[in-house]
Amino acid sequence: MAYFDYAATSPMPDPVIDAWTSAVHQRGNASATHRDGQKSRLLWEEGRDKIAAAIGALPFDVTLTGSGTEAINLAIKGLFWGRNQTSEDNRNAPPLLRPRILTTEAEHHATLDAVHWLVEAEGALVDFVRVDEQGTVDLADLAAKLGDDVALFTTLWVNNEVGTIQPVADMVALADSAGVPVHLDAVAALGYTPIDFAHSGLAALSVSAHKAGGPVGVGALAVSRSWSIVPLIHGGSQQRLRSGSLDAAGVYAAGVAAELATADLASKVERLAALRDRLQNGILESVPGAVLRGSHTNRSPGNVHITVPGLDSVSALFLFDEAGHAVSAGSACQAGVQSPSHVLRAMGVDDSEGPLRFTLGAGTTEDDIDAVLDILPAIVARATH
Amino acid sequence: MKILAAMSGGVDSAVATARAVEAGHDVTGVHLALSRMPGLFRSGSRGCCTVEDSLDARRAAGMLGIPFYVWDFSEQFTEAVVDDFIAEYAAGRTPNPCMRCNERIKFAALLDKAIDLGFDAVVTGHYANVTMAVDGTPELHRASAWAKDQSYVLGVLTTDQLRHAMFPLGDTPSKTLVREEAERRGLSVANKPDSHDICFIPEGDTRDWLAERIPMESGDIVDTDGKVLGHHDGAQAFTVGQRKGLGLGVPSADGRPRFVLAVKPATNEVVVGVKEDLDIAEIAGERFSWAGNDPIASGIAEPTSDGFTEFACEVQIRAHADPVPAVAFARGGEVVVVPDEPLNGVATGQTAVVYVGTRVLGQFTIDRTVSATAVLH
Repeated sequence: MAYFDYAATSPMPDPVIDAWTSAVHQRGNASATHRDGQKSRLLWEEGRDKIAAAIGALPFDVTLTGSGTEAINLAIKGLFWGRNQTSEDNRNAPPLLRPRILTTEAEHHATLDAVHWLVEAEGALVDFVRVDEQGTVDLADLAAKLGDDVALFTTLWVNNEVGTIQPVADMVALADSAGVPVHLDAVAALGYTPIDFAHSGLAALSVSAHKAGGPVGVGALAVSRSWSIVPLIHGGSQQRLRSGSLDAAGVYAAGVAAELATADLASKVERLAALRDRLQNGILESVPGAVLRGSHTNRSPGNVHITVPGLDSVSALFLFDEAGHAVSAGSACQAGVQSPSHVLRAMGVDDSEGPLRFTLGAGTTEDDIDAVLDILPAIVARATH
Repeated sequence: MKILAAMSGGVDSAVATARAVEAGHDVTGVHLALSRMPGLFRSGSRGCCTVEDSLDARRAAGMLGIPFYVWDFSEQFTEAVVDDFIAEYAAGRTPNPCMRCNERIKFAALLDKAIDLGFDAVVTGHYANVTMAVDGTPELHRASAWAKDQSYVLGVLTTDQLRHAMFPLGDTPSKTLVREEAERRGLSVANKPDSHDICFIPEGDTRDWLAERIPMESGDIVDTDGKVLGHHDGAQAFTVGQRKGLGLGVPSADGRPRFVLAVKPATNEVVVGVKEDLDIAEIAGERFSWAGNDPIASGIAEPTSDGFTEFACEVQIRAHADPVPAVAFARGGEVVVVPDEPLNGVATGQTAVVYVGTRVLGQFTIDRTVSATAVLH
């Protein structure tokens, strides 16, 4: 009964559940002036401090949102608007100052759909930077596509589907020399690779609590003070870049989770990488034709992504589920329908290759790995035509 | 038994699934994603392909405490049902897409996958009954509630498919009872309206939908002597038996309404005539199948050198048509049915289902008709 879908959402460790359930007892709106409100505010701020610490940002530079998707939307749309603002009351007056957005075709839908919306609704132009067959951003192509008319470059720190870790320092250096701000979707990075926002040179960085042991419903965007971001959501100005009542309990629990997920990160990464290697080597040895996707050298310690020629992923997932193991095909689904992965397509992988994604986390054990390795060859054989 | 329940998101399949669970089977629910437009929302009561339908099915499975999945059959559905529907209309025939879906998707692609994954049978919410002949071969019968009977659209199932089919609603006296049962079981789809239309035509206007997919040219509407009575914008948008929408403008000479007698894509003509001209004395088809034992094995016909001898039966040519007494026989590779009284409004491409009493014997696709009045040349 193993759980291999940490990248979809991760189970909450007991200390996080305790933090959350104790915090919800605190009454009072965190923006109210009375003592109840002040206590709620303290919880919220403690949570934000911990989240900021986990990603190496100053607390005041971190905006809490309702999801990772919202953080990513705020970053991309907010930066685009900010970069095209000619004066306070003259936003996006055509012609746009910097209409181009650079990204890749291997992004999460939060990015692709936000960029697509800017193209459709705001007249943005999108230029896709090439990724190689392992999903790594092609730096030469990035350099060639940068320019004065680029509003921002946005990509993943760790690819959520195939686990590739991008060359962040190199990308930022290139963009910096062209004066282009970089936003990274670090949702799959938190707890899996060290993040030091303040020293990264990034303009903005998004994370999501529930991918790292926190509750669903808390995202965060760190923004460098060098760049201007226009808010998406207007209301009571509870935060500089985001209106809406402050979620004291959720943010407090998210802070506890982020702290747990990043404490002694090096040894956590080492432990997970060993489990990951055990799983991926076991699969490659026992399944004929299986190919490890994503980077073989710079990959998340929590991701094993394989494809098998002719594998019907839907059948394989059913058989894993029936055996009690939660596994994913990695690609986005709508109303539960699996669609061919745009990430694999961007990497040049044929649709006839059936994907399986195993994502590992704090609770993953050697027994879990061995249990799934035990039944995997039979399942793959049965689900391959 | 290990059962896969095909859950459309409607009340019938939800109750059928509930009954299978209650009967002690190990049931897994599955919703078939058939549409290429997953973002589509339901308008009115139609459809079994929308996001809402899949969520309704998921909710029902959740209430029943069974695992649930959405499986994507949109590619096979598009090819076997939608493209076939368009091709048949383009050729001047009138297909039944629900039948094709049962034949090629629910009891073929889905059933095959179910068997591959270790299931024994597929459950659906169809109103029909499966029983066993004395030799152990399955038989398909009309539902107890004849008004809701759906055995016609299942007539295309073969013996093997019937062995793995389960229709728990077959003995339910009325749909009202199914809705009451859904209510009692706390299923949120209890009051969901029935779907009536073709699920992949969201606006429900078949003619407009076809016009966007079949290259149509304007042409002549002619009488049986070839005299031009009017014009049309595309012959393939017409169906044999159709009366409305001919746009002939002037009343006919005898003042009687005109009906479409034939659609001829080759000459782009629509032939019209009076009601009696629609009368068909004989229908036949080369593409047939038997639901269980064939007429010879069933002991109602004798083999001949190129077919079998005639036997008394009833024939039904549309899902909601009344069955008509007839005799059937096989000769030279085709099944032939001669109704006691002429059939009215038969289009090639339609399926004729042959019944003996409540039993569905089999079906054939009508590819040849003989007019009772011999007006068509």
